[in-house]
Amino acid sequence: MAASEAKGTDKTVVLEVFRYRPEEEEEPTFQRYEVPYFEDWVVLDALNHIKDEIDGTLTFRWSCRMGVCGSCGMMVNGDPKLTCAAFIRDYHPATIRVEPLNYFPVIRDLVINMEDFLEKLTEVKAWLVPQEEKPVSEGEYRQTPAELAQYKQFSMCINCMLCYSACPVYGQDSDFIGPAAIALAQRYNLDSRDGATEERAEVIFSHEGIWECTFVGDCTRVCPKNVDPAGAIQQAKVSATKDWYHSVLVPWGKRDVKSR
Amino acid sequence: MVKSNEPIWWSLFSAGGVVAAFFYPVTIIITAIAFSVNWISAEGLRELAGHPLTRIYLFLLIFLPLFHWAHRFRYVAMDLGLKGLGGILPVVCYGAALLGTGLAVFFLVWA
Amino acid sequence: MPSNWWLKRKSYFMFMVRELTCLFVGGYALFLLILASRIGDADGFSALLQHRLVIVLQVIALPMVLYHTVTWLNLTPKVLVIWRGESRVSPVLIAAVHYFAWFVVSVIILWMVSMYR
Repeated sequence: MAASEAKGTDKTVVLEVFRYRPEEEEEPTFQRYEVPYFEDWVVLDALNHIKDEIDGTLTFRWSCRMGVCGSCGMMVNGDPKLTCAAFIRDYHPATIRVEPLNYFPVIRDLVINMEDFLEKLTEVKAWLVPQEEKPVSEGEYRQTPAELAQYKQFSMCINCMLCYSACPVYGQDSDFIGPAAIALAQRYNLDSRDGATEERAEVIFSHEGIWECTFVGDCTRVCPKNVDPAGAIQQAKVSATKDWYHSVLVPWGKRDVKSR
Repeated sequence: MVKSNEPIWWSLFSAGGVVAAFFYPVTIIITAIAFSVNWISAEGLRELAGHPLTRIYLFLLIFLPLFHWAHRFRYVAMDLGLKGLGGILPVVCYGAALLGTGLAVFFLVWA
Repeated sequence: MPSNWWLKRKSYFMFMVRELTCLFVGGYALFLLILASRIGDADGFSALLQHRLVIVLQVIALPMVLYHTVTWLNLTPKVLVIWRGESRVSPVLIAAVHYFAWFVVSVIILWMVSMYR
């Protein structure tokens, strides 16, 4: 890290870091670390400095440090953030409190158990299910730019789970399918090549799916990729409602699942 | 496909939200402010309210926003910690809205 | 989760204010219902309109209902997505059209009521 070798600054910043070591302590504690302050440091740089220079026992997830991998999400002063994108200059000189993501079980220190989210991705079939399987010899599944535009925004999700940590509905009921999984379900539902809308509807058009959402909108506020999960959920409500009226008013009609 | 009844309530909630958003501010200005400053008299308003088109207007302004209230209140009450009432709340809220709608039909059409 | 979670963050608090506007929407619907029940009763109709408490409640309801209108129209483009070929019609434009329609409708209603002055 080039910045940490730079000289000429005496400024420091204090991090108050959530610690939980299940083999040593029953209850989590907070530990204070004083680290050097650099204009271009993000919270993740400070955590890495602690890990390398001060306390090697601190545990946290990170990988790309450039807002792509989605693994360094943590609560920074109570707000869910990618720590690789949270500059310490925006908090300095105040103490920065770093905690694991809200509403997920903590495994150790800043590492949460994401099992619940992964199960939800499976439940909503967050992958492409082709309308018709065809052999490679028949060529690719083609798509126009206009068809791509329909879902592109929702495909930007990096599974960082900040939206779950911002969502009070998920906080109150962990059965709620939640922002990212519903946005990703929409991503595939809106894909012209996909044919599993009907199967996903079983999960996302249920109470624990879209209907539990009260449109607090904080998921959209914290999303680092402008996916707008809150918008995705409301649009899914419109689709579900159209579908419902269609099936009640014209029960004999053939439903065009793609135009929902 | 799961037959959730939510689409009925959500569509009524949304329609009521639109009606309240577009028509409530101006209607409150008429019945509270315009009336208080004598811009319009009670008799003038009553004459207007008797007009068949106004009756339709009033019916829509009662029926849909009642369902808007019912749906939003049902969820907000749970958010405020009344989780235990989860079973009875929908019955009370939508029931009240349905009753109000019935009364509105009675007052504006029959009476 | 404690039931005061909505006090913990400004965005949660503004959400709660938005949701609680429904009490004023419902309250005003109730007022209109009572008013409708008195269309045939000149004295009762004017007594309700003149009632101090009714006027005070309406004056309190007005800003709350306006907050409902503003939040509702601002969120409309999230729900109403219109495509023109490969690009989405600007959310700002969709909201602006709704604000304009709100203004026009309000003026028309005031104009129609003015004929009964």
